[in-house]
Parts: sequence; structure tokens; C-alpha cells
Amino acid sequence: MFKKRIIVCLDVKDGKTTKGVKFKGNVDIGDPVEMARRYYEQGVDELVFYDITASAERRKIMIDVVARVAEQIFIPFAVGGGIGSVEDMRAVLLAGAEKVSVNSQAVRNPAVIEEGAGLFGSQCVVLGMDVLKDPSMPSGYRVVIDGGRTPTDLDALEWARKAEQLGAGEIVLNSIDADGTQEGYELVVTRMISEAVGIPVVASGGAGRPEHLRDVFAEAKADAALIASMVHYGTYTIPGIKRYLASEGIPVRMDGIPSEA
Amino acid sequence: MRDVDVVVVDYEAGNLRSVETALSALGVRYVVSGDPEVVRRAGRVVVPGVGEARACMGVLRERGLDEALREVVERGGPFLGICIGCQLVLEFSEERETDTLGFLRGRVVRFPSLPGLKVPHMGWNGVEQVKPHPLFEGIPSGASFYFVHSYYPVPEEKESIVATTEYGVRFASAFAKDNLFAVQFHPEKSGPYGLRLLENFFSL
Repeated sequence: MFKKRIIVCLDVKDGKTTKGVKFKGNVDIGDPVEMARRYYEQGVDELVFYDITASAERRKIMIDVVARVAEQIFIPFAVGGGIGSVEDMRAVLLAGAEKVSVNSQAVRNPAVIEEGAGLFGSQCVVLGMDVLKDPSMPSGYRVVIDGGRTPTDLDALEWARKAEQLGAGEIVLNSIDADGTQEGYELVVTRMISEAVGIPVVASGGAGRPEHLRDVFAEAKADAALIASMVHYGTYTIPGIKRYLASEGIPVRMDGIPSEA
Repeated sequence: MRDVDVVVVDYEAGNLRSVETALSALGVRYVVSGDPEVVRRAGRVVVPGVGEARACMGVLRERGLDEALREVVERGGPFLGICIGCQLVLEFSEERETDTLGFLRGRVVRFPSLPGLKVPHMGWNGVEQVKPHPLFEGIPSGASFYFVHSYYPVPEEKESIVATTEYGVRFASAFAKDNLFAVQFHPEKSGPYGLRLLENFFSL
């Protein structure tokens, strides 16, 4: 049976994992390679690393992290943050990532999606989109860029459809309203976009309890769910979350996970 | 004694790095090469890849790798095709109407358009073994493997099917005949069971 994926998100700044609330107040929480290995051993399905420094001279640090992750972790992982050209994409893919995530730069230059998909295949190109509730937009949600700082004129639903046409293979949909709250995913926008596109949609922002994952899979039709804080601080574990989801009838990969704690 | 034992075939089909790191982790000595002379002399070959059928076949033909691979297969060298490398061993792909290597009879077709069925098939799915096979030694039937593809293989010889997977349709996710092994999923990205499958291939 096709499984719902649980993806752990690691924000990486200057080679360290950090975690913030609503994109602000980041603190270091560990070595990304070590953390990635621990999640891999616990049975996570996929990882995503966001380079939140993303200044040109520090990009090399991230490439080194990517290469070290690739050597020890045998599940797919994506890298995002500051990716603006096919050269940026190529560097990350050559270092061993399966996917690259484009966000602000794709809004500024949508052709990067098309060029990346043409060169590396749609399966490599993930569109990350940050959305904010806004009743003045046709779908009720506005796309914001630059880590939530810059509003755009783009409607969330329209941008998702356009990105799919351009060749994006997956969408990571992050709700700024929910991000960092640990009060649950934004189910309305997740369901709206998941039903509107033919590519997988990864829900992001707001996960705090295993019930939130159940809701976003069962009610909002997400294909995958991104989590961070709820596992980074040890409140929950990957096996614990998966056991709960399995008990709620959500198909998850249980290989290697003992049926009881 | 072969000049080179394991050759990972480089035909610009992407994700070579993932296969390389997995083989390194298993302690397998290999070379990566797109040179038909090196491939021809290989003890065994791995044909990985994420890519588009016509572009991949173009590179294979242009470099004479198609014939080099045929020689390896004909003299009984173990061959493992992964993802697009699995699809190319059949005769024809619907992806841009492409004639492929034809080491086994069959074709590659696109997933149907069904409501709610997202294409590409991307993620973890169960692989149900239809018979015991050395490639799956130590791996339970139904174990999940990682898939990324929009087309799936339909081998004509049903007895070659080793495992199947359900995604809108039930398709052959692993098939094998003699020294030829083909898996639609990515063992190099499928966690411990994926590594085990690769290890099994190198133990054959």
C-alpha cells in the first residue's frame, strides 16, 4: 500500500541546525548530520534541509553538510534555501540530494522551475511556498517570500497550479499562520491545494502533536507531512508518531519499527 | 579475472551519487564509467538512473553503451537496472515513443489518469514478492521501497515477475531472468531493506 510520508525538516544556519518560531528567534539545536542519522535510524521517510543563511560564501558549508548526509543516510532528502539557478540546483544534486526546493527565487523567476525540471527531471524540483491567510485573495491565501517578510501579488492556488505546469514535481506548502505554533496544520489551504494539483503536496507548519498529522492526512489529503519541533526537542519520536498513525488507520511505513515502545 | 568487477554505468541519467554512496557503505568496490570498453569488460553492471527514456537511450546509443551492455548480458554478467535502468531493459517505452534495449520482451506504459492518483508515483510503497527470489533474501514481502516514476514496466514474460506493487494499477516492481535483474524502485534510497537488496545482488 502507498504510504503517507513523514518528513523531518532541519533548518541549517552556518552548518548547525536551528529552530525558530514564525521565522524569528533561531537557536542552535545540534549538528544536522548527526540529527539526520538519528532520524534515519528511527525510520523517518525523508528529510529536508533548509539553508537559512544562504549567503554565497556560506553555501559551501551547506554543500559539505549535504555530502556528509548523503554518505550515511539512505533515504531521499531535499535541500532548499537560496536556490535561484540551475547551477545552484546542480551543486546540491551533485553533492547527493535527491531534490531541490525553490521558493522566493522561483517567484522572482518562475523559469527556474522549468529549466530545473528540464535538466534534472520534475521529480527533483520541489516548489516551497509560504502562504498567509488573506481574504482579499481569490483563494483566500497570499504567497509571501523571503522567509515570510515580503508579500507578493500571487494567489496561493494560482501559483501552485502554475508551478505544476512549469514542471515542479512536488509542493511543500507552508502556512505562515500556523508555522511554529504547534497547534496543527492549516487544513483548509492544504486540502484546497492538494485537491487542485496532480503532484504530491507536503503540508508544513504547525505540527505539535501526532493528531495533527492524522488530521492533515485524513482530512486535508496531504501526501506527506513536515515536522520539526515535535521531534527536535524529544517530545515525540518517529516510531511513536508512526505507531499512533498506524493505529488510526493511516498507511505509514512501519519497516524496522517495533510494534510497541 | 575481469579487469574491473563492478561498473556503475554513467549515461548522464542522474542520481549516480546516491548509488555510489550506497555501494561505498556496503564496501563494494566499483568504478563509475561511461566508456563502452570498460563496461564491456565488467564482471557485473549496475544501470541506475532517474531520467527520461528517449534522452537516456540517445546517450546509450551515441556512446555504444547499448551494445556493450548487451555483451555483458549475453555472456551472463549480472545486470541490475534501477528505475529508468529497469525500464530500459524492455523493448519499448511510451515515454516519447522510445525503442529501448530489448533485453527482455515487454513495454513501459504511463500510469492511468485516475481521480486522486498523483503522478509521478513518488514515495514509499509496499513491494509484494510473488515468489522467493535471492534478490529479496532477508526482506519480508510487503516491505516498503522508495519509488519515483511516471511510467511502469510491463514485462511480457509473466514468470520473470518477482514482485508487484499497487498504485492505481498493480505493476511489476521487480523482475528478473537469468542474470538480468530489474527493480523499478530505488534500493539506494530505501533504507536498510534497500541496502540489503543491493547486498543480495552483489552476493549472487
